[in-house]
Amino acid sequence: MARIEAEVGKPQGGLMKWIDDRFPLTETMKQHITEYYAAKSFNWWYVFGVLAMVVLVIQLVTGIFLTMNYKPSAAEAFASVEYIMRDVEWGWLIRYMHSTGASFFFIVVYLHMFRAMLYGSYKKPRELIWIIGMLIFFVLMAEGFAGYLLPWGQMSYWGAQVIISLFGAIPGIGDALVEFIRGDYSISDITLNRFFALHVIVLPLSLIGLIFVHIVALHHVGSNNPDGIEIKEHKGPDGIPLDGVPFHPHHTTKDLVGIIVFLMVFTSVVFFAPEMGGMFLEHANFEPANMTATPEHIAPVWYYTPYYAILRAVPSKLWGFILFAIAVVLPLFLPWLDRARVRSIRYRGWMHKTALTIFVISFVALGYLGLQKATDANVMAARFFAVLYFMFFLLMPYYTAIDKTKPVPDRVKYHE
Amino acid sequence: MSEDDVDRIDRNRRHFLTVATVVTGAVGAGLAAIPFLSSLQPSARAQALGAPVEVPIGSLQPGEMIRVLWRGRLVFVLRRDADMLARLQESLDNLRDPNSEVAEQQPDYTANETRSVKPEFLVVEGSCTHLGCAPLEDFEVRPSENWGGGFFCPCHGSKFDLAGRVFKGVPAPTNLRVPPHRFVRDDLILIGQDTGAA
Repeated sequence: MARIEAEVGKPQGGLMKWIDDRFPLTETMKQHITEYYAAKSFNWWYVFGVLAMVVLVIQLVTGIFLTMNYKPSAAEAFASVEYIMRDVEWGWLIRYMHSTGASFFFIVVYLHMFRAMLYGSYKKPRELIWIIGMLIFFVLMAEGFAGYLLPWGQMSYWGAQVIISLFGAIPGIGDALVEFIRGDYSISDITLNRFFALHVIVLPLSLIGLIFVHIVALHHVGSNNPDGIEIKEHKGPDGIPLDGVPFHPHHTTKDLVGIIVFLMVFTSVVFFAPEMGGMFLEHANFEPANMTATPEHIAPVWYYTPYYAILRAVPSKLWGFILFAIAVVLPLFLPWLDRARVRSIRYRGWMHKTALTIFVISFVALGYLGLQKATDANVMAARFFAVLYFMFFLLMPYYTAIDKTKPVPDRVKYHE
Repeated sequence: MSEDDVDRIDRNRRHFLTVATVVTGAVGAGLAAIPFLSSLQPSARAQALGAPVEVPIGSLQPGEMIRVLWRGRLVFVLRRDADMLARLQESLDNLRDPNSEVAEQQPDYTANETRSVKPEFLVVEGSCTHLGCAPLEDFEVRPSENWGGGFFCPCHGSKFDLAGRVFKGVPAPTNLRVPPHRFVRDDLILIGQDTGAA
């Protein structure tokens, strides 16, 4: 009897204490979840970071199950994907979730990046969060590209042919580099095999590592908010930011609503429009790769088309490649291109607002043009929007410096 | 460690040892990377599969073209008729490199007016020099469009003449590549190997 009482009388969380003495579990949970304070004025733009994590989990889980039936060889790849679609129990669902997930990954990541642009989240002291985020975006592009070769369809093959050929534009080492990437004299079984390794090991591992440091850096400096002000500058007597609420339960509960809405949209696409009219899964990819015939109309998947349109708009192979690469990398320098004293769009002047609007229009227009055939009119339009795209970044140091900004409030606003 | 001990630390020696360790480690890591990077190059099997291919051309009629694969790459073998050969001289001004001056695009022995070993037989890689799509043949003469027949790339609209020479004003920078090849007999071409001269 005495012994039982002694056990009951023990402090609660005996196991937690045992762990905490050996691993900072409670401390970590507090620092990153229950006592991580983010502004209470977050709006729906702030849901896309969490949604990107949700899509990552979907991609990892469905990806693992796909590898259990997929065969990364030129002779068997196409048939093994058909096998997954027709003969594996629920295989069609797993594969459609994965292919739809790829497009949704880019949708949420593009919106997540645009949120940062709206509220100046890349500005000091969050430059490194932005840079790590851009690296995540680059790895994601590579991941999508490597994954697209795996079904070994016509568009897989010729899309890879076009993109790998891009590297051949580099003077001097181009041809040798292309051969090194392919591991063969043409895109072959060897190329497919190594792209499989990249797609399932190298790139996802890098992605997870980068996302980890992205979040560590974020939690170190604290989240931005729609007003673009530092909530840490106004703390209560308890040392907690007056405008902050703990990530859990406040933001997690709100995020849950976002996740549910997202899953409604996501599952609708998976069940009713997994090909999205040729946008998510291109029609040419339902034919096995044929080395002797290029499909009539060849275009990358929609999430690369803004950059592809720029590539195609340049009438020189080398310069096309250079401008394509610059277009992809340029946003990396936003923290230093933006000279404005305020972060958020709410307190910026007409110049920045106009520039950002033009940027969005030109990015979407380029995306549309990249999907279309390269007629003369389309190429001219792509040139026009490509110039606007580059001007948005290159003129930014000027217009953000002279733009008239509004006074920024001390405390966050959340009834607008 | 007493203050005397701290004073006795030879900082130069420590610095030298640190640098020496880092450099040795970096060199070691660099050398260790060689096998891994080399493993990504075309393997012995890939090289063997990239061996020359024999193409019988005995039954190829004038004006006809066949497609063969060499090293997984598409190669066109076109037997040009007299009319086609005559048209090669027609639009030299519209070509970017009419005299085959870009050396990488063909072996020396085909850097001639017809870009071939024997004027009749054109052997070119069916891979657009822009971004590697396979051009389509379009041998129909259409004077209204100023088109004397040749190849058209469906991807980005590059055009080539009946010797695989690129036209001006298209994205492809150079002529279609002529692979090394030689005539084993009058009716047999070996693609992928030559004797250094025609």
